[in-house]
Amino acid sequence: MTTTPVLEAIDETLETQGRPPLNVIYEWLTTVDHKKIGLMYIVYALIFLVIAGFEAILMRIQLAIPNNHFVSPQVFNQLFTMHGTTMVFFMGMPILFGMGNYLVPLMIGARDMAFPRLNAFSFWISAFAGLLLYFSYIGGSGLYAAGSAPDVGWFAYAPLTSKVFSPGHSTDYWTLAVFLSGVGSIGTALNIVTTILCMRCKGMKMSRMPLLPWLYLVMSGLVFVAVSPLTAAQIMLTLDRYLGAHFFDTQAGGSAILWMHFFWIFGHPEVYVLVLPAFAFANEIIPVFSRKAMFGYPAMVAASVSIGFISLSVWAHHMFTAGLGPAGNTFFVFATMVISVPTGIKIFNWLATIWGGKIIFAVPMMFMIAFLFQFLIAGLTGIMLSAAPFNWQLSASYFVVAHFHYVLVGAIVFSLFSAFYFWYPKVTGRMMSETLGKWHFWLFLIGFHLTFDFMHVPGILGMPRRIYTYEAGRGWDTLNFIVGVGAIFQAAGTLVLVYNMIHSYYKGKEAGHDPWDAWTLEWSVPSPPPSYNFAIEPTVSSRRPLWDIKHPEDPDADYE
Amino acid sequence: MTTITTASRIPIDGPVETPWKLPYRGNVGMACLIIAESAIFIIFVVAYIYYIGKSLSGPTPAQVLELPIFGTICLLSSSIFVHFAVNNLRKDNLRGCTLNLAATVLLGTIFLATTAQEWYHLIHDEGLTIKTNLFGTTYYSLVGLHATHVVVGLIMLSLTLGLSLTGHVKEEHSEKLEVLSLYWHFVDAVWVVVFLVVYVIGR
Repeated sequence: MTTTPVLEAIDETLETQGRPPLNVIYEWLTTVDHKKIGLMYIVYALIFLVIAGFEAILMRIQLAIPNNHFVSPQVFNQLFTMHGTTMVFFMGMPILFGMGNYLVPLMIGARDMAFPRLNAFSFWISAFAGLLLYFSYIGGSGLYAAGSAPDVGWFAYAPLTSKVFSPGHSTDYWTLAVFLSGVGSIGTALNIVTTILCMRCKGMKMSRMPLLPWLYLVMSGLVFVAVSPLTAAQIMLTLDRYLGAHFFDTQAGGSAILWMHFFWIFGHPEVYVLVLPAFAFANEIIPVFSRKAMFGYPAMVAASVSIGFISLSVWAHHMFTAGLGPAGNTFFVFATMVISVPTGIKIFNWLATIWGGKIIFAVPMMFMIAFLFQFLIAGLTGIMLSAAPFNWQLSASYFVVAHFHYVLVGAIVFSLFSAFYFWYPKVTGRMMSETLGKWHFWLFLIGFHLTFDFMHVPGILGMPRRIYTYEAGRGWDTLNFIVGVGAIFQAAGTLVLVYNMIHSYYKGKEAGHDPWDAWTLEWSVPSPPPSYNFAIEPTVSSRRPLWDIKHPEDPDADYE
Repeated sequence: MTTITTASRIPIDGPVETPWKLPYRGNVGMACLIIAESAIFIIFVVAYIYYIGKSLSGPTPAQVLELPIFGTICLLSSSIFVHFAVNNLRKDNLRGCTLNLAATVLLGTIFLATTAQEWYHLIHDEGLTIKTNLFGTTYYSLVGLHATHVVVGLIMLSLTLGLSLTGHVKEEHSEKLEVLSLYWHFVDAVWVVVFLVVYVIGR
């Protein structure tokens, strides 16, 4: 069975049109194809990854030795604000949405997203928001005075953001950028949910859907209830700054704590918005490289959904030191600790999947194994911080910074790297170099542990976060130097990745349809997939359709 | 292990569950939008409730607010008319659809006019603006957010009304009109909450 004449004609049109470079650019700018939009998301996020990573390196250079004057206090404030904001809103969310955009329709057997034009709109508005944030470097205070980026922290606590403490327009750039990125995120989330619920191919019941779309469904649901409050809070902040409203103005009876609540009602579920896709990649990659079906599919779905719900009731564990009183603190201690139950289920299910499997130590699997260990450690320090008395001691110290970077880098970024190596052949039709991949893995792994393992210790020794320098002789010097060295290793690893991606695009080995011998629908189409994805929309009868084709004697459907 | 090397394995055949029916994407998309919008409204409502009675200076809601009964009746009844419009279109009664749409737009516009009148009264006679105190801040932002949604809804309904007057709305569009009606029902439901919070609890 080959493609039908109509689709061949479409292929030909696509081949012949747009050969001159200008047409190619025009085609990308105006595309509504979910794969191209996904790739644009990923490229734009990678650019911001490099920028925000560079900001991190500058901060670590500043903190590497005591009494350093590499950057001024104000520049340091701008650096950590821009680093945090960029990494969360313009690297983390877009790159995960990009992966979802690319993979979800392919995995559920659809030809595109439910609303392709909304998809393009969401991308462009997010990209514009990122540019707007960095435009503040030239357009922030007054007329194009340089160096006026936002410096209120990515949490933008009131009253730091009031006109008195934050004159000029740098905070307005921050507010607008975050607001617009929120609009884009809600649009994409809406699109993903609708695609999953309404565009599945024949036979793909919810109980047969791969786990990746399932987790993207939960993640998108979280976006509605987490990002919208942030959008509302940004509207209020703008009203405060432009129309003289008093939401967060303590002089007129307003409350600074209310901003904290509104921000963390977004801020905590946001962690799960970022980590659920990371789980999603693990759910697809670990089974393939263990040569076993995912252990406990229904439990995984249930755990993901309950993580989604519980994560909405834990926001105030960021505010233990704000003085909520014993009743509030107790509730949020327990709510936070309850999250470890579904996450524990997930970790044990991954281990059970690996258990007794024929493990293949390809680069994606190496990243996944590191992910498992690091996510476990991140969870353990999370339990420590969820205990209010412990939190009172270490709140706003480098221990907290180390903890959340363990989640964001150790879990999410490692899982993301694994996903890059895993799906790169599908996207480009070529394999990534395994040798360079191993270089990337070891450089990044060593760098990650040098940075974030050692960062816990100055936190316990009392080093507060957000200080721009410190005196010698407090026992922080050597540790901070090691942390700085680790940051350089991570940067080197990331550059190897970027080189690998570009190099393999031209010189990589041909991948074919299914280089990993995997099971989900995206591996049944050519690499890279044609713009209509499926020549004929597929029909599935089990959770692992390609397994059934490869092993007709042992079909999956018998086990469901 | 066998490796699939050609596209020849597509389609992947299997027993098909018949009939294979998935929800209409317009409805699901609108439901998602409503969830997201509800979250935004909840934040504004929470801020309103949190700041009740915390203003450091007057005027207070009890001094200046009056129950907007007439506007409320107009807005809530417009929901019924938009429902009739969808029903009529489904039965291919184009004339009935147009008339009901016109009634919806008219009632929505009357509601908007009552809000405008109320704001005019508050600003000019009572001197209450968004700057005055916390009551002004929360009142104008919450009611204003709702009014913004009414305006958006009215624009979309008026466009539909225009299309239906020029004969472009057909029976096959009834699903799409239903999506719009869902939005309008949502705007009305939000008004019930705003009414209770601002005019009943807040006073």
